[in-house]
Amino acid sequence: MNKSSRDVMTFKGGIHPADSGKVLSENRPTLTAPLLERYQVLLCENVGKPPKPVVNVGDQVGKYQLIAAADGFVSANLHAPTSGKVVKIGEVPGPMGIPAPAIEIEADGEDRAAELFPPLNWETADPKELVKRIADCGLVGMGGASFPSHVKLSPPPDKKVDTLILNGAECEPFLTADHRLMLERPRDVITGARIMARILNVANINIGIEINKRDAVESLETLAEGTNVKIIPLKVRYPQGSEKHLIQAIAGREVPSGGLPADAGCVVQNVATAAACTDAVMKGLPLVERIVTVTGEIVCRPGNWKLRIGTPLLEALRLAGGVTEEPGKILFGGPMMGFAQRSLGVPIAKNTSGILLLTREEALRHRATSCIRCGRCVQGCPMHLSSCLLATAIENGRWDLAQQNHVMDCIECGSCAYVCPAHRPLVQLMRSAKMELRKRKK
Amino acid sequence: MSEEVKNDVKLPTGKRLVLSSSPHISTSESVRKIMLKVLVAMVPACAAGVWFFGLRALLVIVLSTVFCIGAEALWCLLAKKPVGPTVGDCSAAVTGVLLALNLPPSVPWYVPLIGAFLAIWLGKQVFGGLGCNPFNPALVARVGLLIAIPAVMTTWTPPRGMDEKYPGVKEFRQSVDATTCATPLGVAGQRKKIVGRSEAARRNFAQVSSRRLLKRFFWGQRGGCIGETCAPALILGALLLFAFNLINWRVPLCFAGTVFVITGVINYFLPGVTPPPLFHLLTGGLLLGAIFMATDMVTCPLTGSGCVAFAIGCGVLTSVIRIWGNYPEGVSFSILLMNALVPLIDRWFTDRPFGYVRKRKGEVK
Repeated sequence: MNKSSRDVMTFKGGIHPADSGKVLSENRPTLTAPLLERYQVLLCENVGKPPKPVVNVGDQVGKYQLIAAADGFVSANLHAPTSGKVVKIGEVPGPMGIPAPAIEIEADGEDRAAELFPPLNWETADPKELVKRIADCGLVGMGGASFPSHVKLSPPPDKKVDTLILNGAECEPFLTADHRLMLERPRDVITGARIMARILNVANINIGIEINKRDAVESLETLAEGTNVKIIPLKVRYPQGSEKHLIQAIAGREVPSGGLPADAGCVVQNVATAAACTDAVMKGLPLVERIVTVTGEIVCRPGNWKLRIGTPLLEALRLAGGVTEEPGKILFGGPMMGFAQRSLGVPIAKNTSGILLLTREEALRHRATSCIRCGRCVQGCPMHLSSCLLATAIENGRWDLAQQNHVMDCIECGSCAYVCPAHRPLVQLMRSAKMELRKRKK
Repeated sequence: MSEEVKNDVKLPTGKRLVLSSSPHISTSESVRKIMLKVLVAMVPACAAGVWFFGLRALLVIVLSTVFCIGAEALWCLLAKKPVGPTVGDCSAAVTGVLLALNLPPSVPWYVPLIGAFLAIWLGKQVFGGLGCNPFNPALVARVGLLIAIPAVMTTWTPPRGMDEKYPGVKEFRQSVDATTCATPLGVAGQRKKIVGRSEAARRNFAQVSSRRLLKRFFWGQRGGCIGETCAPALILGALLLFAFNLINWRVPLCFAGTVFVITGVINYFLPGVTPPPLFHLLTGGLLLGAIFMATDMVTCPLTGSGCVAFAIGCGVLTSVIRIWGNYPEGVSFSILLMNALVPLIDRWFTDRPFGYVRKRKGEVK
């Protein structure tokens, strides 16, 4: 089932970041992390409202037990990653550099499961029941945005959704968590896709995968044969995994400016979310663990680990054998859109796809010089903005010009800043303009 | 810095972690590397110039480059800017070589000197330095010199292997002196003035663009600026620039294509007005201009469609000047004129932003 290159789909714009990083961990099978003594489960994991704790300090909890309940519709449940005692509900170092509320659980070592949800037969169950199960199990988008999955699976009735797209692009350099998941649990990915399609009542199911993961494409294609799931090989180009560009590449539609994927008749879910969905429906398992790539040139044993939510960063690094030298930067996520961490105590969350360590030299920014108008940022912008002109307008405080030239459409993928030979902080300027314009709107 | 060692595993201390927003990696490309690649791409044209016009051409190239770097350094000293980074980006060296490629090989030493100051000071630094100049600095210098000292700037050395059968050689050797010759465009222009749009003119144009001569023009055996004569060397340079991802291919193709089409149509219907299109393509500075001058990153538009508009504009202006203008050559003027329009082109020829397919209330102009 070899696809020739002309069949490979993509979008206009984008860049090719030099990626020597995936080889570090793409062939390392996922290992299950040993039980730790303590887990700090962040409350503010999902986009939307943080869930409200339903346990108190001193309570005994079982694994998979609900510890914080969704507060409103756009919010997600949180479950205990192991059995033990709630020792603290308070602030821990957060992934955004500021302290964040979390529930700390001291493991009792038994890892005893609380009562699970009963398994459902997804082919006969009521779609409403399936959505409820996904909400009960606290599923969020595991690709990065952490948007509660049940919300995405309940598009407004006036939006006609006819296509489900699973995102297996994994276009960030270095990250291989989704790759390993697709190789190791292809059946669960496909079942998850079909469950979601049943919920949405769509027949058109696509799994988009960048062609550098040919083994994943092939294994999924074999399993998908005879079903209505289509495996779509995608050209290797950043940011192929952006929701909008995935939709453009696969469905050939553009999400209107300011709109949602549902406006283009599509729902996009990450492949890891699909696998978690299978667990939730067929086994009744809430989302308490995920595959995380721990990698970097200075990591002793880069690889992929199944980590429980709430595992501190430092413990993940210990699993990877520590470091060969002091890192200059530690990232949650990939090098293009990941977040730099300031504390080694930050716990991993449902959306932490990778932990990447950069050396001191890699961490230092080049000195920015003036724009030579090479136009690479303009060619690389997946949103087709005139990035360098926008940046100049922003540097001069011309918010009006920035707005007129669609700065609000910037998806902050960082392609412009990556390719700039003058090393101008282009995407950083866009972010500042977006923040300023949002502030002014209020 | 001390590292915490626990269970034989060296763990980071978490001290001195750099915090910054994404992206956390960037291209290894830099302005300096881009400029060095442009210099590499100009090597074939320089080599061809030295082959055809002798070591004199090499001297002009070296002088021009040295003077440009000197002018840049001097400006930095006077403006109290750090010299190292400015000179270190190698853009002055690129301007210097480009300027030399646009000079006749016989120019005295002071021509590249004046040219260097025109290019670097008037063409670039007064606007704020690299990236801020609206006009191609080397062309500013060339046009400045052409207007200030036209006689020096239009005295041409005969290339290696030029003989009496060449059009213009005899006339010039009789009228001026034995060490100069005319450019084919100059000859064509001169003859046009003498005979007008007559049958004689048509014959003359046919004579200067015979197959045998066009072949010679193609290989570079003609009078002209150091870097403009040898088409294979220029095309090789274009391929290098393209391979290095430094130029938009639309610019040279549309520029040369427009001149080819316009002169072709006019020559077909009015053969007494202008020589055939291949003659235009292979003479004067069209290839040099289209490949190295119009494609200058700083002074050409940002988007693909903008580049097409820019290049067509250059081609139209070049054709108009060559056919009806007072100067035999119009490439430099047309590029400079179009440079002036680049800010407008950048504004008009933007790509449609993603997600603006259908008209939404008032958002799409």
